Amino acid sequence: MNEKPAPPRIGVLAIQGDYAAHAEALIESGAVPIEVRKAEDLAGLDGLILPGGESTTMLKFLERSDFFGALQGFSAHRPVFGTCAGAILLAREVRNPHQRSLGALDAVVERNAYGRQIDSSILTAETALAGGPLEMVFIRAPRIVQTGAGIEILASRDGLPTLVRQANIMAATFHPELTRDRRVHQAFVDLVSASLLRSDSSHTG
Amino acid sequence: MPESGDSKGFTSTNLRLKIGLAEMLKGGVIMDVMNVEQARIAEEAGATSVMALERVPAMIRAEGGVARMAKPSLIKQIIQAVSIPVMAKARIGHFAEAQILQELGVDFIDESEVLTPADEAHHIDKHAFTTPFVCGARNLGEALRRIAEGAAMIRTKGEAGTGDVVFAVRHMRQITREMRALTVLSEQELYAAAKEHQAPYELIRMVAHTGKLPVPNFSAGGIATPADAALMMQLGAEAVFVGSGIFMKERATPLDVENNPKEREEAVSRAKAIVIATTHFNDPKILAEASEQVTGTMKGLAAAALEESQLLQTRGW
Repeated sequence: MNEKPAPPRIGVLAIQGDYAAHAEALIESGAVPIEVRKAEDLAGLDGLILPGGESTTMLKFLERSDFFGALQGFSAHRPVFGTCAGAILLAREVRNPHQRSLGALDAVVERNAYGRQIDSSILTAETALAGGPLEMVFIRAPRIVQTGAGIEILASRDGLPTLVRQANIMAATFHPELTRDRRVHQAFVDLVSASLLRSDSSHTG
Repeated sequence: MPESGDSKGFTSTNLRLKIGLAEMLKGGVIMDVMNVEQARIAEEAGATSVMALERVPAMIRAEGGVARMAKPSLIKQIIQAVSIPVMAKARIGHFAEAQILQELGVDFIDESEVLTPADEAHHIDKHAFTTPFVCGARNLGEALRRIAEGAAMIRTKGEAGTGDVVFAVRHMRQITREMRALTVLSEQELYAAAKEHQAPYELIRMVAHTGKLPVPNFSAGGIATPADAALMMQLGAEAVFVGSGIFMKERATPLDVENNPKEREEAVSRAKAIVIATTHFNDPKILAEASEQVTGTMKGLAAAALEESQLLQTRGW
């Protein structure tokens, strides 16, 4: 096939939160964003972003009419990227307080780990992504306090990971959608495109 | 507002963090709560934030007296009880109340016309705080004056404590109409527009270019049903505040959520249904289902019947 492949269609969970900022970041990174409010909206998507917002609110919606199970199924086959509340939803275990999570990312995440809004901050740190240091916006941010063996750490704060990748899953405890730097979204769109190529070749091969 | 890194510009760290939290609250419901039990019900129903106060607007309206910032002990109890952000109200111009709220660790301060104003000429200089502020507005000029003072979120004033959505609709329509009108003006016409709206030219120019406020634009003031929430969202609100609509029975009497299981269930049903309606504001099928779950609605007060002196929305300028 010599034609340029169609841009990937990436869902953004739009229960609440800064899903519009993610949709804009996806467009700037060459993807087509689709708002997802119910399980049926996942059909035909190539990847999914779980945005920042309140994880407790999102969880209430996921626990209705087995949206939760549909997301677990989706994350087993397609790339998913969670930021802040989204990272909490993806975790294997959530603390402070304990709440249900999808278990797609082999990590333990602690909510509101740095304190309240007055403790929110913007930091710049080294990253494994090409292109120099990365600006990270932390808003009432969670902390990844434990990670499994298969997790690649792409950026950290005070020795704890803030941006991680595990096969098809990415998670950030900060908000790349609230900066002008598109490297993190680009990395996710590339992950989605690569997974599409793999599934294409498995169909034809 | 200049695009420089100065402490008041939209690129300053302080303002980016404040607006950042407002971004996280989009698409959700912020609920007024008067005690720990109500705060837990709100969180359990899926509220994105709770507003801690001693009396909801309907009670302030019915009982009269000076309405002030809530007691610090109440705010601390509510902060302890929930994991979602906690907001609290300060009187217009009362920067000392705001300093106390910031010290208590409140995540957002509402400089609110629902409380008795403390200053007849000046709103709080909100740039002087680390905690973000939300302010009410009836029109674009008022919204931009509050943003110039450092507000990180705007909400319509509506007419709080009535359960009548008519003024929230009027204010949201007015703000969006005035924004739309700016987008078709020429650069030269923007100076006169700034004068007309009594707002800073830089902010007028920003709105003219983007067609929207430089901070999130929420709605408040009379939203009492799932349909009200959906209406405001369809009119362009990015999230909604529900004050008296969830926990009030009669105008001056709250549902007894602590001792009466039936009344507790009614509050839960209202809270859940409004949360669902706010997310699925464009899906009439889900709206119908959510509305059907509600077992009762606050007895309202027609806002059109209020005397001018009884209006809360005319406080602030």
